[in-house]
Amino acid sequence: MMDMPRAGLRRIGARVINSVWRIGTGTRFFALTLLHSGQSFGRFQLTVREIFSAGVLSLIIILVSGLFVGMVLGLQGYETLQTYGSEEALGVLVSLSLVRELGPVVAALLFASRAGSAITAEIGLMKATEQISAMEMMAVDPIARVVAPRFWGAVISMPLLAALFSAMGIFGGYLVGVVLIGVDEGSFWSQMQAAVDLREDILNGVIKSVVFGVAVTAIALFEGYDAPPTAEGVSRATTRTVVTSSLAILGLDFILTAFMFSGV
Amino acid sequence: MSDNLIEIRDLSFAYGERLVLKGINLTARRGQVVAIMGISGGGKTTLLRLIGGALRPTRGLLRVDGVDMSRVDAVGLYRLRRRMGMLFQFGALFTDMSVFDNVAFPLREHTDLPAEMIHDLVLMKLNAVGLRGAHALMPAELSGGMARRVALARAIALEPRLILYDEPFAGLDPISLGVTGNLIRRLTDTLGITSVVVTHDIQESLRMVDYVYFVSEGVIAAEGTPEQLRASREPFVHQFVHGEEDGPVPFHYPAPAYIHDLELRA
Repeated sequence: MMDMPRAGLRRIGARVINSVWRIGTGTRFFALTLLHSGQSFGRFQLTVREIFSAGVLSLIIILVSGLFVGMVLGLQGYETLQTYGSEEALGVLVSLSLVRELGPVVAALLFASRAGSAITAEIGLMKATEQISAMEMMAVDPIARVVAPRFWGAVISMPLLAALFSAMGIFGGYLVGVVLIGVDEGSFWSQMQAAVDLREDILNGVIKSVVFGVAVTAIALFEGYDAPPTAEGVSRATTRTVVTSSLAILGLDFILTAFMFSGV
Repeated sequence: MSDNLIEIRDLSFAYGERLVLKGINLTARRGQVVAIMGISGGGKTTLLRLIGGALRPTRGLLRVDGVDMSRVDAVGLYRLRRRMGMLFQFGALFTDMSVFDNVAFPLREHTDLPAEMIHDLVLMKLNAVGLRGAHALMPAELSGGMARRVALARAIALEPRLILYDEPFAGLDPISLGVTGNLIRRLTDTLGITSVVVTHDIQESLRMVDYVYFVSEGVIAAEGTPEQLRASREPFVHQFVHGEEDGPVPFHYPAPAYIHDLELRA
């Protein structure tokens, strides 16, 4: 009976040690990736390929989701604003919610499940099929050749995708608000133009999406590289990528928002 | 330049507490095909990974092409690996690249050769393994035997001095098996390289290698030329060469007495 609490304690201890260990190896892996990034820019076509597979291939889901999110915002926003008789402010509501919050956050969440999971699965399988070892045996550093180009490709793609998401969303809001419901087009656009600030709103949104891009990609790459080389290991790593990076996005969003907009 | 490309003296290796190799002695001369054989889980692949520098010796001497593997740093190891090729069990081709790009990969990474020359070199290497016609295919379109031959072409792309083979015959049909065996022998002879083959395909190995080491439970249990091993009366070698079910390597996993497990009373 005495052993019960001791075994429990030991399990908790093992988990804590394991988590700290993973944070340590993850940080070291991230630092190594940055350190070995020379090739990603020296041979930029390696990075361009990854911009294609992380960015261009995510376009459809980003654009379609952006459109629908904007349309819903238009509908809901109109319903609420109408009660106060200020439906011309619909453009402001739609654009600020998208540029400040929904654009970076939802685009990053979609990016984590579309591109992040793909990166983890690809690297995990490359490891399971000994492609990573083969590269090492050919005296080619896999961090420089495989990991770093994917990192930069995804980090470059993320703010572009978020911007497209926001643009598509604003268009969706316009479709519902102006075309469908009949809000005055002039005030929709002019109020938006007057209220959205380039530095306060757009730049902060871009900063957010860059931070999210770094977080999602670093998590996805590390999970793939660290995955046990089995079918089960890769599948678990892929799930962990989506879960961990989604939580990281939302957590980081709160912190960034607190710093960026609390004084406004 | 020493005549021995690989020199191993009293080599031991442990994964944590578990001693996997205990005092191995092995030499591979330049131009030889040397086989490392033994039952699965006996430490063969560990030995190959030590020679390739993926693991470090716990104790003893391991020298590959003049480089002391227990002291070499990362730069020295990468320099050595440019003179070394490795064929993985299932080829380990890069699945996102065509056959041509796979073979061109080491050339593009390590040389500044112009594209036309890389093109010619790649086709020459592919021709050597009989797959020049398959250069545009993707790895997923190849059979297991073809994938391994492409991997072999990739391994010889930089004209290495040493090629390591991890189970090159595993899962091949008899024709592909013979083709792969002949290729290993022919490439070793024509390119003047040294080959170390980890395998448990005894018949194919005895046909084409110069010298065999049997690894069992972390030690060299037997060694010799194929003729010596065929004639050997040592129980372990005899069991292995003739594929007998029971012998020094038992058929049964250690278990309590049968009668006890079935709960029978004598």
